[in-house]
Amino acid sequence: MTLLIETLIQGISLGSIYALIALGYTMVYGIAKMLNFAHGDVIMVGAYTIYTTISLAHFPGWLGVLTSVVFCSVLGIVIEFLAYKPLRGAPSLNVLITAIGISYLLQNLALLIFGGQQEDVPNTGINVPSLDLGFVVVEGKVIFTIVLTVVLMIALTLFINKTKMGKAMRAVSEDKDAARLMGINVNRTISLTFAIGSALAAFASLCYGMNYTYIKPTTGSMPGIKAFTAAVFGGIGSIPGAMLGGFGIGILEKLSQAYITPIFGEITDVIVFGVLIIMLVVRPTGLLGKKIREKV
Amino acid sequence: MSNRNTIISANGTEMFSPPSNVLIPTRDEGKQPVLDVRGLGIDFGGLRAVDEFTITVGPTEIAGLIGPNGAGKTTVFNLLTNVYKPTRGAILLDGHPTAGKTVAQVNRMGIARTFQNIRLFDQMTVLDNVRVGMGNNIHCNFAESFLRLPRHFKAEKRSTERALELLSIFNMESEAYTLAGNLPYGAQRRLEIIRALATEPKVLLLDEPAAGMNPSETVALMESIRSIRDTFGIAIMLIEHDMNLVMGVCEGIAVLNFGKLIAKGTPDQIKNNEAVIEAYLGRQEKKEA
Repeated sequence: MTLLIETLIQGISLGSIYALIALGYTMVYGIAKMLNFAHGDVIMVGAYTIYTTISLAHFPGWLGVLTSVVFCSVLGIVIEFLAYKPLRGAPSLNVLITAIGISYLLQNLALLIFGGQQEDVPNTGINVPSLDLGFVVVEGKVIFTIVLTVVLMIALTLFINKTKMGKAMRAVSEDKDAARLMGINVNRTISLTFAIGSALAAFASLCYGMNYTYIKPTTGSMPGIKAFTAAVFGGIGSIPGAMLGGFGIGILEKLSQAYITPIFGEITDVIVFGVLIIMLVVRPTGLLGKKIREKV
Repeated sequence: MSNRNTIISANGTEMFSPPSNVLIPTRDEGKQPVLDVRGLGIDFGGLRAVDEFTITVGPTEIAGLIGPNGAGKTTVFNLLTNVYKPTRGAILLDGHPTAGKTVAQVNRMGIARTFQNIRLFDQMTVLDNVRVGMGNNIHCNFAESFLRLPRHFKAEKRSTERALELLSIFNMESEAYTLAGNLPYGAQRRLEIIRALATEPKVLLLDEPAAGMNPSETVALMESIRSIRDTFGIAIMLIEHDMNLVMGVCEGIAVLNFGKLIAKGTPDQIKNNEAVIEAYLGRQEKKEA
């Protein structure tokens, strides 16, 4: 019983990270109708920014995190402007290949600058005391991850539903041309989406670093792919879907590690991606995905 | 039938000088036309989809654009809103050329439209659909709304009030929190008009507003079109196949066939115009014995 509860808490913590990343995938997909496969690597960039600012430049922890968030937002906007904007209206396959190219570019830039060895994640100075519930002890980093994710999700939901910019984003995601004709600056809205998605990825890298303690140039790819799975699982394009999918995949992964790995060996990834395949077969739009209406 | 062949330089610096027989209702005479379109044309590959389209619309005129299917009416709307970039000609909106502007900028200059096939934001509430259009005129910047400063709430409150006011034109306030996609067809058409009005246009373009409406709904729509013109003091240009509506509400009518204007005039002039009758019904063959 204790194992189950511990596993679930760890699952929610891991799921929080996936959810934060999945939000970036799903928002960009919802608005620009493209899969930004470079998104996972933005996490890596965020982690290296924290490493550079705190370990190498000796910034205070909070400033390092802030720098990372700002740097990732700007990076998101720059990537969109240089790589994706010129392809607006191009076949989606072209955009997809470009995104994969950007992903490799970011990884190899990191390899060039920092080398291939692992680097320790610096202490950001964020210390949340552990919580002893009697039967289980919840680690401080787990509490921090979950609380940060929930706060960010609430902020994002409010932003999207309550602000003018949020309304513009929803309008663009539904019908770009109609939005344009209502006076919405579609390009600016897309830039903003990339900025928000990348900022969330920076926060994810903070949580990831706290939980996994070291980084390397390929750090972003696996959580990126898992988060993409989470976004598809929840219904790509749907923001609550990405949150739900993130938590779902995180919990599934931890449950599998706790109960299946001891018996069958390390097949967690098989199970996670197996679920993706089953989902795509049974319900291609995901848990909360919009029904695709065929216009006749 | 008016026919202006004076093509004016694209920068639009030249002053408008109305030719004697241009179609403008008498109350708009002497005022600068809100829409002054000169020699507009677009080619799709080798096809001249629209050619030599010249028209003026007075600041409070209700104008009609009619023609057989495929004549290029919606293409004209797409040109006026800059969705398509014209191959030839110039559009002056309230005296300012729209060339080189983005679609959103042209909307802010004062052209709003509805669509032949309804294109609301289905997943958003009726109120939010209207408020999206209003974005232009609510003053509250990103930082203020992000930090949720008092101005944010004031702006939000003002925009909600204004949106409800606009919805009241068609008595739709009670539907404000319904998802637009769940509205019945007729209400969706009306909401599209309100959403367009929310952008505070000088010219409202309606693409087949009466499509799918029954005769009594169409009569109500005619009333609404007139009352919108009177309330907002704007020009309305509509594409419509329902001749009762066109003849009943429009002051000036332009007829398009194969991308070319074949007639311009008052409803009475159009009804009796041979070129128009021929375009719609075909040439009358002499009966052979």
